[in-house]
Amino acid sequence: MNKILIIVPAYNEAESLHGVIQDLRSHVPQADILVVDDGSSDCTAAVARQSGVNLASLSFNLGIGGAMQTGFQYARTKGYDIAIQFDGDGQHLGAEIGILLDALRKGNADIVIGSRFLKRGDYRPSFFRRLGISIFSMVLSAIIGIPVTDTTSGFRAVNRQVIEYFARVYPEDYPEVESLVLLHRAGMTIAEAPVRMRDRTGGRSSITPIRSAYYMVKVLLAVFIDLLKK
Amino acid sequence: MDIVKILAIAGSATLLFLVFELIRRGRLKERYALLWLFSGAVLLILSLSRSLLEYIARQVGIFYPPSLLFLIAFLFLLLITLHFSAVISGLSEKNKRLAQEIALLRQALEELKQLSMKQVKSRDE
Repeated sequence: MNKILIIVPAYNEAESLHGVIQDLRSHVPQADILVVDDGSSDCTAAVARQSGVNLASLSFNLGIGGAMQTGFQYARTKGYDIAIQFDGDGQHLGAEIGILLDALRKGNADIVIGSRFLKRGDYRPSFFRRLGISIFSMVLSAIIGIPVTDTTSGFRAVNRQVIEYFARVYPEDYPEVESLVLLHRAGMTIAEAPVRMRDRTGGRSSITPIRSAYYMVKVLLAVFIDLLKK
Repeated sequence: MDIVKILAIAGSATLLFLVFELIRRGRLKERYALLWLFSGAVLLILSLSRSLLEYIARQVGIFYPPSLLFLIAFLFLLLITLHFSAVISGLSEKNKRLAQEIALLRQALEELKQLSMKQVKSRDE
C-alpha cells in the first residue's frame, strides 16, 4: 500500500479551503492532507487547524514555489511514496485524483500532470491566455521531447524520486513550467493525464492580463537559463 | 598641486578611512569590505602618483587623465554591486530554507503536543 500525501498550498484561501478539504476527504480517504499556509493574512491557518488536517504554516509569504517545496520536504521526512499537488482555491476536483494516481502507476512516469486540454472540456481560456499556453506548450514539448499540453497546471502527482528531488531543488516564482524542465534534465519521466477543472470558488486568480506577459517572459527566460546551468 | 589632484586624494583617503572605521567598529564584516578596501587603495595610489595615472591613461587612450579615476571608480562600483547581488541571492535562499524549517518544526511540535495530550487522557481513564 502506498502512502499518499496531498499537498495543498494556500495563500489567503480561507473561503474555499474548507470545501477543498471536504472534497479531498470524501474522494481520497486513504490519503493524508498537508495544508501549507503561505503566510496568509486571513484565517487560512485557523480553517486548516479546525478541519484537523496537518498544517505547515510559513512565517511569511514565500510564494507558491517555496510553499510547495515545504510540502515536499514534509513528504520526504515522513516517508510518503506519492505526493499530489492540489490547489487550495477549489479549482481542482478531488474526484479526478484517481486519474492521476492510475496514470502514475500504469504509465511508468515519475510525474503525472493533470491536463485541461487533453479532453474536450468546458475550460475556455481567453485569447491571450491561449496564446501564452500554446507558446509554453511548444517550447516545453521541444525541450522535453514529448508533447506537454498543460504546462502551467498545478494539479500533479509525483513519486518518491521526484519528492526527494523537489525537496532539494524547486523553482521559486512560477514553478510549474520550470520544474518540468528541471525534472527532464534530472532524467525523470513526465506524463499527462486528462482531467476536468472547475472555475474558482473563492479568492482571485493571481494571474491578471498585465502580469501574464511579464510571467511569460520571466518563465521563458528561467527555462532557457536552466538549460544553460550545469 | 592642482585642485583635481587634491580632491582625488581627499576623496579616496576619506573612502579608505570610512571603510577602516566601519570595520574597526564591527559594523562591516571583512568579507564584504575587501572590495571596498581594494578599490579605495587603487584610487588613492593613482591620485597620489600623477605619472602613473598619466601613463595608464595614455595606454588606454584617455586624453584627460583624471577621468581615468572616474572610469576605475565606476568599474569598481559595478563589481561591488554585482557582488552584493550574489550575496543577496545566497541570503534569500538561506532565508527561505529557514522559513521552511520553522514551518515544519512548528508542525512537528503540534503533532507531539497532540500525541502527549492523547497519552495523558488514556492514562487518566
